[in-house]
Amino acid sequence: MESTKKVFHVMYDDDDKLMAAAQALVAKGIRIKDVYSPFPVHGIDPVIGIKRTRLAIASFMYAMTGTSLALLGMWYFMIQDWPMNIGGKPSFSLIENLPAFVPVTFEFTVLCGAHGMAITYLLRNGTLPGMPASNPDPRTTDDKFVMEILTDENDMDAAGLESAVKETDVMEVSIKEYAA
Amino acid sequence: MQQEAAIREPLILGNKSYKDITDDVVGPIQGAAPLGWKVMITISSMVAFYGVGCILYLIGTGIGVWGLNKTVGWAWDITNFVWWVGIGHAGTLISAVLLLFRQKWRMAINRSAEAMTIFAVIMAAVFPGIHMGRIWVSYWVLPLPNQFGSLWVNFNSPLLWDVFAISTYFSVSLVFWYIGLIPDFATIRDRMTKPLQKKIYSILSFGWSGRAKNWTRFEEVSLVLAGIATPLVFSVHSIVSMDFATSVIPGWHTTIFPPYFVSGAVFSGFAMVQTLLLIMRKAMHLENYIHTKHVEYMNIVIIVTGSIVGVAYLTELFISWYSGVEYESYAFINRFSGPYSLSYWAMMTCNVISPQLFWIKKIRRSLVATFILSIVVNIGMWFERYVIILTSLHRDYVPSSWSEFNATSIDVGIFIGTLGIFFTLFLLFARFFPVLALNELKTILKSSGEEQKRLQADAKSNTNA
Repeated sequence: MESTKKVFHVMYDDDDKLMAAAQALVAKGIRIKDVYSPFPVHGIDPVIGIKRTRLAIASFMYAMTGTSLALLGMWYFMIQDWPMNIGGKPSFSLIENLPAFVPVTFEFTVLCGAHGMAITYLLRNGTLPGMPASNPDPRTTDDKFVMEILTDENDMDAAGLESAVKETDVMEVSIKEYAA
Repeated sequence: MQQEAAIREPLILGNKSYKDITDDVVGPIQGAAPLGWKVMITISSMVAFYGVGCILYLIGTGIGVWGLNKTVGWAWDITNFVWWVGIGHAGTLISAVLLLFRQKWRMAINRSAEAMTIFAVIMAAVFPGIHMGRIWVSYWVLPLPNQFGSLWVNFNSPLLWDVFAISTYFSVSLVFWYIGLIPDFATIRDRMTKPLQKKIYSILSFGWSGRAKNWTRFEEVSLVLAGIATPLVFSVHSIVSMDFATSVIPGWHTTIFPPYFVSGAVFSGFAMVQTLLLIMRKAMHLENYIHTKHVEYMNIVIIVTGSIVGVAYLTELFISWYSGVEYESYAFINRFSGPYSLSYWAMMTCNVISPQLFWIKKIRRSLVATFILSIVVNIGMWFERYVIILTSLHRDYVPSSWSEFNATSIDVGIFIGTLGIFFTLFLLFARFFPVLALNELKTILKSSGEEQKRLQADAKSNTNA
């Protein structure tokens, strides 16, 4: 094994080529660290071992928090703190007033679910104002697809990896050394 | 790869590659502003400034400068509010509902339709804000502890529901739109060569790198946001309609209002999308992406929602007689034969008769006819809200309170001004933002591109032979 660690950036000019190459490389036992693409390449996730995101579950929990807060708030404002008799329709119990509270409860549920999810998404992706971009080549946001493979994560040495990669329908390969 | 029936019309015309899509959308942003754009933004910003002047005069003087009186407490202001909110609905419908239904044609129009939504909702929010009279205490609509011991806002009132509905709708639409924009800003960032532009788009793109995991999350967020924005868009205009429906005013307190308002909103919103996109596709040379088929699909939505609106008008009219309530039937007789009957018949012609022309395929696929009819529908939908609000209010239960409403120059100035602000914002969007959802269009290129479809069909006929 070589002492230096190397990172491979393998570029393809088509999503189908990338997909075929990823399947071929994974079949040889090579671990692909990541894929950079200009749009979602459907079906790549299971091939390179990416798990399903749990963002939707998080969103559901934010939404339920919103429902609870809205009901708690309206119970406090309208029933507990200052009950009023409006047009002969007194507000002395939450359950009797519930129909009037449905719209605001719904809106607040959506508000918390949507914004909670959006904030979680931005934080988990590390995409925030002023963050530096980490795509290896500017063309990956246009029409090129790049696979990232680390020698560190693979049993194969750099020469072996290079020959395996070159067997696929590749456009460009860049190999860089990096300090671990 | 997903296959699509060969008989389906392609959504992207010509022989486009992924790179061509980027070039066609990012090219105009990199180049100098065309003369037409400069002329349009000058006119619209001048109109916008005039509108802002009228608003400031109104705030400084009081809402007496509008034509309102004791009987007619709502007129142009709330008409404009409902009109703008309604226009906003098409954007969310295109981006959320059509996403859930997996309609690929939405991808060419969703970005600009969402931008339209956001700008229209901002314009809508102006009206209840300035209608309060004392806009500096507008935070009183929120349930904040106060020195009155604490006296809370009334959660039984649809006007307060509106506060929650509109603010949720606006902020969720904005976030939905921006999350979709992030990868496209990254595309622009990576193409820009001038340092300042690169810096600006780099900040806007939040450091997006397009990793596989990022895209998985992106798709999940888009789907879930679409899922919750769908009931949201229906709830918003239902709640707007309840501002009227929960009152005791003849012509307003009808249970048909929520579905009637929602379909009216979609109807007017799609008309506005047509108006804007037919100009934009020409000015920005996007004819290959937004073409006759897209226009036809939108016209079909206009026929459906326009017909629902037409049925609702006739239902209202019938029920006002069938209910046997004399106030109710008077309200409707007064609508079509009273002092504002001209508005009523304008509404009927523009909203019920004119969209039916779209049953004819030639008209439905004609861009000129669509453009003219889209403006007719926009006018008709403004009159609808005007008729509902004004004719119901100007006749009170007590005849001595009967009154008339005449719009003042400030009424007109503020309305025209919001149009100016809206178009200024939209023009800025068209100049500096990616007007098509690049990343989404690229995903449908292989299944719905014209050349790609032709190649597939050829391959198929070769294997059959």
